[in-house]
Amino acid sequence: MSITIVYTIVSLGALGLLAAIILYFVAQKFKVIEDPRIDETEGMLPGANCGGCGFPGCRGFAEALVKADNISKLNCPVSDAAGMVAIANYLGHEAVKATPKVAVVRCNGTCENRQKTNNYDGATLCTIESALYAGDTGCSYGCLGHGECVDACAFDAMYMDADTGLPVIIEDKCVACGACVAACPKDIIELRNAGPKSRRIFVSCINEDKGGVARKACKVACIGCGKCVKVCPFEAITLVNNLAYIDYNKCKLCRKCVLECPTAAIHELNFPPKKAPAPKPEVVAENKGTDEKKA
Amino acid sequence: MLKTFKKGGVHPAENKLSANSAITMAELPKIATIPLGQHIGAPATPLVKKGDVVKVGQIVAQSSGFVSANIHSSVSGTVAKVEDTLDSTGFKRPAIIINVEGDDWLEEIDQSKDIKKEISLSAEDIKKSVQNAGIVGLGGATFPTHIKLSPPPGKTAEVLILNGVECEPYLTADHRLMLEKGEEMVIGTKILMKALGVNKAFIGIENNKPDAIKHLSDICKNYEGVEVTPLKVKYPQGGEKQLIKAVINREVPSGTLPIEVGAVVHNVGTAFAVYEAVQKNKPLIERVVTITGKSVKTPSNFMVRIGTPTIQLIEAAGGVPDDTGKMVSGGPMMGKAISSVDVPITKGSSGVLIFNNTEARRREVEPCIRCGKCVSVCPMGLEPYILMTFAEKQMWEETETESAMDCIECGSCMFTCPADRPLLDYIRLGKTTVGKIIRSRNQ
Repeated sequence: MSITIVYTIVSLGALGLLAAIILYFVAQKFKVIEDPRIDETEGMLPGANCGGCGFPGCRGFAEALVKADNISKLNCPVSDAAGMVAIANYLGHEAVKATPKVAVVRCNGTCENRQKTNNYDGATLCTIESALYAGDTGCSYGCLGHGECVDACAFDAMYMDADTGLPVIIEDKCVACGACVAACPKDIIELRNAGPKSRRIFVSCINEDKGGVARKACKVACIGCGKCVKVCPFEAITLVNNLAYIDYNKCKLCRKCVLECPTAAIHELNFPPKKAPAPKPEVVAENKGTDEKKA
Repeated sequence: MLKTFKKGGVHPAENKLSANSAITMAELPKIATIPLGQHIGAPATPLVKKGDVVKVGQIVAQSSGFVSANIHSSVSGTVAKVEDTLDSTGFKRPAIIINVEGDDWLEEIDQSKDIKKEISLSAEDIKKSVQNAGIVGLGGATFPTHIKLSPPPGKTAEVLILNGVECEPYLTADHRLMLEKGEEMVIGTKILMKALGVNKAFIGIENNKPDAIKHLSDICKNYEGVEVTPLKVKYPQGGEKQLIKAVINREVPSGTLPIEVGAVVHNVGTAFAVYEAVQKNKPLIERVVTITGKSVKTPSNFMVRIGTPTIQLIEAAGGVPDDTGKMVSGGPMMGKAISSVDVPITKGSSGVLIFNNTEARRREVEPCIRCGKCVSVCPMGLEPYILMTFAEKQMWEETETESAMDCIECGSCMFTCPADRPLLDYIRLGKTTVGKIIRSRNQ
């Protein structure tokens, strides 16, 4: 009886040993040599796999980082600045600070501002509606309001405002990965510089129709009057196809255009509330000063 | 035993309300809006500018590529402007807007009613004449006809099939045209046969139009090689591939054109337009349009100049009904809702259907119950429920391998779905996305 147990143990042990030896040599033969830094770098990335960097997930981005000779053009929008500096240091590159960005919705066509001209009752998906026709309002450029951008956001940084029918971006959570930008069939969402103290100025409209047509479709449309272009001291605003666009790299946040816009299409975000009686030039001068210091 | 196609198909209520109303000439519009893109392919290049005086039949825009078509003025008058105007989808597209003054035709157009039977032009001249006349497929797809008349090298046409099926419910434009312009249409068929070099043509007609079958059969006795094929009623028999299967029992392989099996299909309306172009020198400037709907006072068929605003025709048919819920350009199965009644009639408009509030209501979407009805009715043998799911989940590779590109968008799946799922909406999304992927892959 006990002999049987001994035989079993010995024979199985010998088989196991043999298999182990074979496996050892096979493993040596087919060994894949991988840069250990890839694993390390991947560990330093946030692991969101959002694709905001343009690579297939964090692993792909880590491989690209390790391979690259110059990482100045590679940036993980989800990592904070310190995270990218740490990776740069680890890989022996010079750290390049990327300007933090944030997504903005360039449409203010709320139910009130932009009246419906017809009813859409098809599948509730922006891409489907936009492929069928211009939309249920007079504006063929504006938000369709089915929230595909919200569905695309992996960071819970967006929600649909039930009152306005427009998407809202929660700035604190937005990492500027660009998923919403890619999801929007109307190209309404744009990644813009977050700006000092998150202060931003942008044209909240992408309607390229002539002034009258745009105004008829939506109360707060950009009518392409060009007043903002004239008033801008920094030549940051361009007018193409009846639509003003503010270059965020040139804009010094003086807010002159905001006051000038006749349809309130230019939005300012996160500025301290204006003192109502304060004279205009003072406000402007004050802001200009602070911005120059920052710049 | 009547012929029909085998796979799938549905039987929507026919509702051919305007079948007995003869084609009447619609009044000339005061302002004609002639879009530059009335066909599949590149929009035509305008040849006129503001202030130019044009006559009826004068070319106003020239074909701008291989797949493109000429556009002629359907009215006489002064060009008011050439600019972007709203089309039926609400987007802006370039169009020529003409202020109509009188009805002054080009002299070389034969306006007489005499039927000219002798075909004097050679095959090459016929093709040229069709191309110059800007003729496109009048069944709705608006593919330039002259391209279909020149089979690609290595392929030969064996048989011509005329599509007089009109399987869409409500529409009667082709039906009336067959009854009233039968002889011209058959001569048009002979012209197409000569251009293609085939000696056999079939006119496929569903047997819910017995009068048209009888009328055309009588005419065909005098024309060698043309034959009427009565077909069993089943939607979507008017689909090119379904019609070929029904009439000559050949199956067009996936991803290929009918010429692969030696067939060329033209709409009966196109045959009539070809007759007018070749025999009468008249370009494509008017077409038959059905205005119909359960609440429409007098459902009618009009011969309409291209560029006439839709509202004018609706007024002529008794005005916009009070309980209008939705207006559709085309038939109820494949037509597209229009967002404005000011849009002009184009070469591809076969009808305007007005739904009342109860008909227009779209029922709530329920979860799929896996009944498989959509699979059994799909005339292309696809699995619509799974294609929809793939498109919903953005699984484009699977959408492609499940042959989404073979979908003919007939809407049978959505028609039959007991859960009212928007199957076709999603399949169309899958098709456009997969199409983009394929194009970028081939670049």
